[in-house]
Amino acid sequence: MQGNEAVAYGALDAGVNFFAGYPITPSTEVAEILSVELPKRGGVFVQMEDEIASICAITGASLAGAKSLTATSGPGFSLMQEGIGFAKITETPCVVVNVQRMGPSTGMPTSPAQGDIMQAKWGSHGDSPSIVLYPDSVKESYELTIRAVNLAEKYRTCVILLLDEVIGHMREAVRLPDMANVRVINRIKPTVPPHWYKHYDENQKYLSPLASYGEGYRFHVTGLTHDSHGFPTNKSSEASEMMERLRKKIDYNIRDLVQIESHQMEDAKIAIFTAGITARAAKAAIAMARAEGIKVGLLRPLTIWPFPDDAVRKMLRNVETVIVPELNQGQLIHEIQRLTKDKSDGNLIPIQRVNGQLITPNDILRKIKEVS
Amino acid sequence: MAKSYEIRLSGSGGQGLILAGIILARAAVIEKRRVTQTQSYGPESRGGYSRADVIISDEEIYFPEATNFNCLLALTQEACDVYLYDLRDSGILIIDTTFVKNLALAAENTYELPFTEIAQEKLGSPITTNILSLAFMTQITGIVKPESLKQSIAESVKPAFVELNHKAMELGFELAKKYKK
Amino acid sequence: MANIPQRIIHEYLRHDKKFPHVWCAGCSNGIVLGAIIRAIASLNLDRDDIVMVSGIGCSSRMPVYVDFNTLHTLHGRSIAYATGVKLHKPNLKVIVVTGDGDCTAIGGNHLIHAARRNIDLKVILINNNIYGMTGGQCSPTTPHEAIATTAPYGNIEPDFNVCNLAMGAGASFVARTTAFHVLEMQGIVKDALEHPGFSLVEVVSACPVIYGRLNKKGGAPQMMKDFRDNSVPLAAVDKLPPEKVEGKIIRGILRREIRPEYCAQYASLVERIKDKEADNG
Ligand SMILES: Cc1ncc(C[n+]2csc(CCOP(=O)(O)OP(=O)(O)O)c2C)c(N)n1
Ligand code: SF4
Ligand SMILES: [Mg+2]
Repeated sequence: MQGNEAVAYGALDAGVNFFAGYPITPSTEVAEILSVELPKRGGVFVQMEDEIASICAITGASLAGAKSLTATSGPGFSLMQEGIGFAKITETPCVVVNVQRMGPSTGMPTSPAQGDIMQAKWGSHGDSPSIVLYPDSVKESYELTIRAVNLAEKYRTCVILLLDEVIGHMREAVRLPDMANVRVINRIKPTVPPHWYKHYDENQKYLSPLASYGEGYRFHVTGLTHDSHGFPTNKSSEASEMMERLRKKIDYNIRDLVQIESHQMEDAKIAIFTAGITARAAKAAIAMARAEGIKVGLLRPLTIWPFPDDAVRKMLRNVETVIVPELNQGQLIHEIQRLTKDKSDGNLIPIQRVNGQLITPNDILRKIKEVS
Repeated sequence: MAKSYEIRLSGSGGQGLILAGIILARAAVIEKRRVTQTQSYGPESRGGYSRADVIISDEEIYFPEATNFNCLLALTQEACDVYLYDLRDSGILIIDTTFVKNLALAAENTYELPFTEIAQEKLGSPITTNILSLAFMTQITGIVKPESLKQSIAESVKPAFVELNHKAMELGFELAKKYKK
Repeated sequence: MANIPQRIIHEYLRHDKKFPHVWCAGCSNGIVLGAIIRAIASLNLDRDDIVMVSGIGCSSRMPVYVDFNTLHTLHGRSIAYATGVKLHKPNLKVIVVTGDGDCTAIGGNHLIHAARRNIDLKVILINNNIYGMTGGQCSPTTPHEAIATTAPYGNIEPDFNVCNLAMGAGASFVARTTAFHVLEMQGIVKDALEHPGFSLVEVVSACPVIYGRLNKKGGAPQMMKDFRDNSVPLAAVDKLPPEKVEGKIIRGILRREIRPEYCAQYASLVERIKDKEADNG
């Protein structure tokens, strides 16, 4: 099974019943598979006129009660940013899959890069905390697609799944779990009568129920800053309440959101911090280095945003050197730098490449040997 | 057999190399081995470069791209020139002499056959070059069993083309058995 | 229409929270709002089944005031959001309220493709020939030589004929009216609501405060009189000499035809596939 195929089947198994998208390499297989499968299950597949229309259509469908998802790559992801902001401020569940390719602009359409890590967090204007997941295998692409849909439903937001081109197109043998073992989360529905319904209910866990159009609730949704009923407001107290809610629903639930893999870190003196395909190169390099007696491990975020601050701080306390390989000109490394107060930059080693080629195990091994 | 075996199938777009890679990977899955298949190709679907990597292993495969091949199949001169450097010492090189003419860098274990010409002559069309050369390669390397490859082909191509591709496969096996270095 | 009392409007408004409204005195947006509500009331539609979607602009502020399911989206994107709502719940009546800039400039791509698909959306385009909300910049329907804040020397561009654009793209119901012709507007909106397919109603409207002032149109009452005097019903066009039609606003239903509707097409596709699956397995 291919990575993109795993995303499509993950979406179906998570209950996605609405897909709107626009073809773009290297994500197109997701749309193609769903165009076959969704109609069979009574779901909707629609090819829109562009990516802007796609993000809007999945947001509209979600407000009508659908579990919705779209898939794209760099240029389309850029076009979607305004709509992603709308989904976030209106707290509407949806998932955007971005199979990253090399940019900027049209770049190298069939070549891998990890250049959208920051865009996935900051791409839309204004502050809006993000949930972004990042798999490193075909199997994990399936699992994290389900998780992305679940988190979107639970936290009422637009969740982004970042794939590397290589992962999207890679084939690995995977056995999909029995559906009985797949945990599917559905949005909480209001239990109050319509006149008591608040579209953005304040509660301790920042998880508020969501009604759908056509169920008698007749709520208002706007991209303007709004009060808890959803009506536009200019009051600074209500504006900060809204902004705080967007932030707190992420901050308060950080333990539920952050997922990391710690690989051979117990006795490591050198740590590698990276995600996706580059983490696989790191694991291969670690196996080679360990064969030569070098104590090196890997910390890999499966949730890239919110950033796993606590795990990174712990890593920084326990190792002497951190190597940060990434297929860009330096994105993840800034986050580590942010958390590096008591270490000199000399202990933070970048490996960066943006030429359409992967960082290989040997590239990383060479650095490991240099610093060990 | 080595714990992990790295194969690169290389040439240009339209030669069916990615399909060959998928077929090889599926054959390994049939044998319950671990496998990854990755690919790299130019933006156009005809012409341009194209390659498929298959790693077959009995352990977890970390990095899915072949970097130090046990075997390289090169169907074009360009592919041969670019990738030969990453063939490991004593690795196997298989080239299609229909297109690969200059072999200044030939490895010690080189197998040369005009696969495209043979496909054209014996099977009536060059489109089966991928299966012909893939079957040749699996026979030489022994990386998957003939019956696994046969089953994988049947599962991977449209029903109407299974017979033709099986014919190409048999021919590939035969050529390998008869091949004299 | 006389059997619908005037206060019917009030039953459909969200008074508790949402008034006073943002529109200027003399603006046509409120007139259009009234006509839409009366058309809905005359059809006895269940308000739970109505979704009103809009983009950004003065006109697009309409949904917040009405007690339906309402969705105030991004500039230009109302039709795309509405497409998502409609496709997921085809039983809902989805009305799009949009401005000339919203619908034909930034949102032009969505307009033509929704028209081509013939998806059952009711697009009410309030054409005031200007970007009202942002203070009077040129729009694709600003007439040639008219003044806008971004066309201070007079607009050198030709303007769109929005109805022709929609018809060219395949819309199956297309009509034009003006803010002066309130009962006609109400009737046309009602017909649009009943039409099974993509419907575009262009309401030629007055923005007296910005467009009117910049172009010395003499205030809201005068602009209304101009709509009365400078428009002809479609039915009269053939009977009038060409010089009496030249440059006039043609009012009426310009196209009404039945063509396969997108959601219905999709539903039959699903049925077809399900039948086939059942046969196979
Ligand atoms: C992407 C984007 N670009 C620009 C704007 C600024 N803007 C808001 S309303 C508007 C024009 C509105 O004109 P129209 O659609 O004709 O509506 P009216 O106010 O005239 O009713 C513009 C340009 C915006 N909100 N979003
Ligand atoms: S600016 Fe023009 S369109 Fe906007 S509310 Fe005022 S009169 Fe109406
Ligand atoms: Mg306007």
